[in-house]
Amino acid sequence: MSISILAIPFLPLIAFVLTLLFGRQIGTKVHWLPIAAVLGSFCCALVAFCRVQSGEIINADLYTWIQSGSFRVSVGFLVDQLTAVMLIVVTSVSSLVHIYSVGYMKGEEGYYRFFAYLSLFTFSMLMLVMGNNFMQLFFGWEAVGLSSYLLIGFYFNKKSASDAGKKAFIVNRFGDFGFLLGMFLVYTQCGSLHYSEVFAKAPQIGALTFSFLGMDIHVATLIAMLLFCGAIGKSAQIPLHVWLPDAMEGPTPVSALIHAATMVTAGVFLVARCNPIFALSTFTLNFIAILGAVTALFAATIALVQTDIKRVVAYSTVSQLAYMFIACGVGAYAAGIFHLFTHAFFKALLFLGCGSIILGMHHEQDLKYMGGLKKFMPVTYITFLLASLSISGIPPFAGFFSKDEILLMAFCSDSFAGKVAYITGLLVAFLTAFYSFRLLFLVFHGDFRGTEEQRHHLRESSPVVLVPLCLLAVGAIGSGWFGIPEALGGSNHWAHFLNPVLGHPQAHVAHSTELVLMLVSVLAGAGGIALAWFMYRLRPQLAPDLAARYPALYRLLHNKYYVDELYQKYIVEPALWVARNVLLKGVDTRWIEGVVNGVPACLGLFAQVLRGLQDGVVSHYLAWMGGGALVLIVLILVG
Amino acid sequence: MPLLSVLIFFPVLGGLSLLFLERKTETVRLVALVISLLELLFALPIFFFFDKSTHLVQFKEYHSWIDALNIHYFLGIDGISVLFVLLTALITVLCVMVSWEAIQDKAKEFYIALLVLEGAMMGVFCALDFFLFYVFWEAMLIPMFLIIGIWGGPNRIYATIKFFLYTLVGSLLMLVGIILLYLKGGHTFDVLVLAGQNFDYKLQLLVFWLFFAAFAVKVPMWPVHTWLPDAHTEAPAAGSVILAGVLIKMGAYGFLRFSLPILPEATMAMLGPMLALSVIAIVYGAFVCLGQSDLKRLIAYSSVSHMGFVTLGLFALNQQGLEGSILQMVNHGLVTGALFLAIGIIYERTHTREISAYGGLATTMPVFASFFMLFTLAAIGLPGTCGFIGEWLILLGAFQARPLVAVLAATGLILGAWYMLWLYQRVFFMEVGEKVKKLPPLCVREILTLTPMVLLILWIGIYPDVFLDFLRASVSHLIAQVQNTGVAEVGLHAPVSFP
Repeated sequence: MSISILAIPFLPLIAFVLTLLFGRQIGTKVHWLPIAAVLGSFCCALVAFCRVQSGEIINADLYTWIQSGSFRVSVGFLVDQLTAVMLIVVTSVSSLVHIYSVGYMKGEEGYYRFFAYLSLFTFSMLMLVMGNNFMQLFFGWEAVGLSSYLLIGFYFNKKSASDAGKKAFIVNRFGDFGFLLGMFLVYTQCGSLHYSEVFAKAPQIGALTFSFLGMDIHVATLIAMLLFCGAIGKSAQIPLHVWLPDAMEGPTPVSALIHAATMVTAGVFLVARCNPIFALSTFTLNFIAILGAVTALFAATIALVQTDIKRVVAYSTVSQLAYMFIACGVGAYAAGIFHLFTHAFFKALLFLGCGSIILGMHHEQDLKYMGGLKKFMPVTYITFLLASLSISGIPPFAGFFSKDEILLMAFCSDSFAGKVAYITGLLVAFLTAFYSFRLLFLVFHGDFRGTEEQRHHLRESSPVVLVPLCLLAVGAIGSGWFGIPEALGGSNHWAHFLNPVLGHPQAHVAHSTELVLMLVSVLAGAGGIALAWFMYRLRPQLAPDLAARYPALYRLLHNKYYVDELYQKYIVEPALWVARNVLLKGVDTRWIEGVVNGVPACLGLFAQVLRGLQDGVVSHYLAWMGGGALVLIVLILVG
Repeated sequence: MPLLSVLIFFPVLGGLSLLFLERKTETVRLVALVISLLELLFALPIFFFFDKSTHLVQFKEYHSWIDALNIHYFLGIDGISVLFVLLTALITVLCVMVSWEAIQDKAKEFYIALLVLEGAMMGVFCALDFFLFYVFWEAMLIPMFLIIGIWGGPNRIYATIKFFLYTLVGSLLMLVGIILLYLKGGHTFDVLVLAGQNFDYKLQLLVFWLFFAAFAVKVPMWPVHTWLPDAHTEAPAAGSVILAGVLIKMGAYGFLRFSLPILPEATMAMLGPMLALSVIAIVYGAFVCLGQSDLKRLIAYSSVSHMGFVTLGLFALNQQGLEGSILQMVNHGLVTGALFLAIGIIYERTHTREISAYGGLATTMPVFASFFMLFTLAAIGLPGTCGFIGEWLILLGAFQARPLVAVLAATGLILGAWYMLWLYQRVFFMEVGEKVKKLPPLCVREILTLTPMVLLILWIGIYPDVFLDFLRASVSHLIAQVQNTGVAEVGLHAPVSFP
């Protein structure tokens, strides 16, 4: 295998190790090493992309990782069209986040540690997307979990931050539980965990069923559902979405990395990668589409009323990821990956923009104290505006093309789930535009609502922060142009490129219908923007009035449908109660220890009684002897 | 050179030679360190010259001992025992290092006990004559009893007597089993010969449960685990490390060496209950960890959970399960051993095991926090660490044998992450606690103590093949031995069937 391929994941790994070991000694210049490493892997990724573009698929093993009996799995790398796209996303966004962090994390305690973790994060994600088998995917999967744990809990002295990191890891473990079982099932059915062998065998397991408690269960459906459990966790879908909004406890560049390029995209990648398995199960695909639709709507409604800027953006991530799952659910994997690609840029831009705002506001994140930042932070404003237009699906920005492709595919889907997803998706497009511009207006327009001191310190961020913003803005505008649909005179290059891996379901509609659909979705986005303009610019009193008129609804949304509270009350607390009161105090201490300490106690008691017999009084001994002899005589006579 | 005899008697004699030294901690500990290092050096040829391609016994020593009873001095190692011999040699060195400052009182006696214990442990893993095995098995008990009882914490007498009695009751029942086998199996104690006898099924069943009494207590399996938390909590750091690192492996080793090959039919018949007990141990142990407020107690209960994985793989009885099980024993020795070393290091500074007394340790001792983080990750089975390889193989093996059992056991992974990360958070994160505000950083000796563990944990995690290679031949031979009793092998591509 060529060095240029190996360099992609291992450069960040080397940077991680060196930075962690020697970062403290190197001091404030420590960022050069990780930045150089990640830029190096970006360049190698470009090279790899070009090789794939010219038709070369790389699939090679490095060494045998685990071998036991007939089970064998390697550390190996697969670079095909899907991986190539992911490599570009991961390395480019990661590079920019690295550079941005130089400005954002300046002077922070543990500066070197931060960069080490960023490199670890990049390495993990690259291992995840480059593996040629499920095990290596799982390695990356868990390593990503670890990196996110470390980075979310970066300010570990804060309880909320260390809680959030822990939560991210544990919630993900619930998904991993299913993923793990899914892999076992894949292995027992296909005899391997390497993609090439598994996907070659996949059609053969399509018809297999087994019976469980009298029900016939379709093996492929079970595998697909179990694998999807993992995706639910990593990509923060209901019911395992709870970790993602809390993940914003980490420094803002981390949020950008988690929400855009790494971690959350892993679930979508998994589904896309395993599309030959998912294709076998209509049930699972419908389930994915419906879950995506529900999550999209659920998260979008929460985002409507949040007042923390990062929280708004965080819920928008949950919602946008759900779009990608809708695409996967209707079989349009390429569209899902397309949205993953464009989303990476505009979401990274939104988060880094938030970071710039937070820097300007001296770590104030509440919308209540912002407003009118436009004139203080013009570059941040422009780039934020571009990102918001992109996420709202306004042409010709990137988000428009990918979102439209998904909605089109959902509309054309034969399944009921697809129709539901289309209608929900359209509604969510409207909501997305609304909350994105609500955020924009509240932050950048109107009058400044913070303190005089904050106002005094307000200024545009430094170039090292702004340059990544501008570069990402280019992506937020142009990354959609790779997939301009034929109805608009393009060639949908994107879908053709990914066709060998993901297939390309044809949308059987006339171009005129497609144009109408496009118009509808653009109108939905524009409508959202218009409503936001109306509510937050023209009639600023309207929003508080509405909140006052429907307090129950407002509280429900503001408290995120109380999901966290439900989990706390019905899962965490009962588990702890059982652990402490039933198992520890009951079973362990009372029963088992009762027996363990009880047996010697009984023996002691028995010994006490026996000791009483030997009281040294001869007449007593004689009496016992006589009595004993009598009993014996009687027994002999009777027997 | 009779290498195995050297490994057994060198530390014993070395330990006894300490008697002739002056009563000065500095001298005694240095000599003890040299002896344990030499022992490790003597053990290394095994790593390089062990023939991995065969299941046959190697480094064999066979001499007659008590002719009247046909008892032999029979030593030898195969794939099942080889890793434990190496592990024992390594762990003892680290135990000496972690006791360096901690043991000041009666240091001479302490190191004698430790080294004699090492010899006895080596003997247990090398003995292939049942009688000889039993001698070493009981011989271990005495130095361990003293280590906990003399150098332990405030409640050490209760703990050590509990440990002693629990183990002794089990061992005596095992002795009955051994004698039964001797009488019915042609008056021999030779384990290899006994494995070839086809004992009557009822006898097998009886002896299986007699052996179970000894081995289950040692593992410890649920519900006979309650001596472990007390012993761990009260034992000095070195005691805990030996206990977690080597001693509790003996139970599972006993199943592998004796119960499975000698009593195959009984084993096959008892798979169900054994798997059930394993799953209970995994889930129960993990749950109880959530309710702990004492550092050492928590890790002790986590051992119960992890050893549940070991017995799970063992009784899954297929190549992946068994290899995973043996590897996981080594892993657990390394990881939990390392955790106890780390706790010993911190206890020396704070003199408290209460989790709530800590907090923010990552601020005051960042290097230590990094070490502990790696051990934590290995304990929760993160890929790239040794814990993952073991748990993966065990669960894969169990899944092929009984899918439902594997599903239940896999919940242990969620719970494991929960209690370990929660522990880590309470000790290392959040606000800096009163007790940990001013603590000296790790010294070179302490870093040297922890580093070998780190290297091995990563080595096994990244390139486990070196270690799995040791096991392969012996494990497949063992499976053949057990399954020749007419039970069909669990097919690889068999359609999934849930129980």
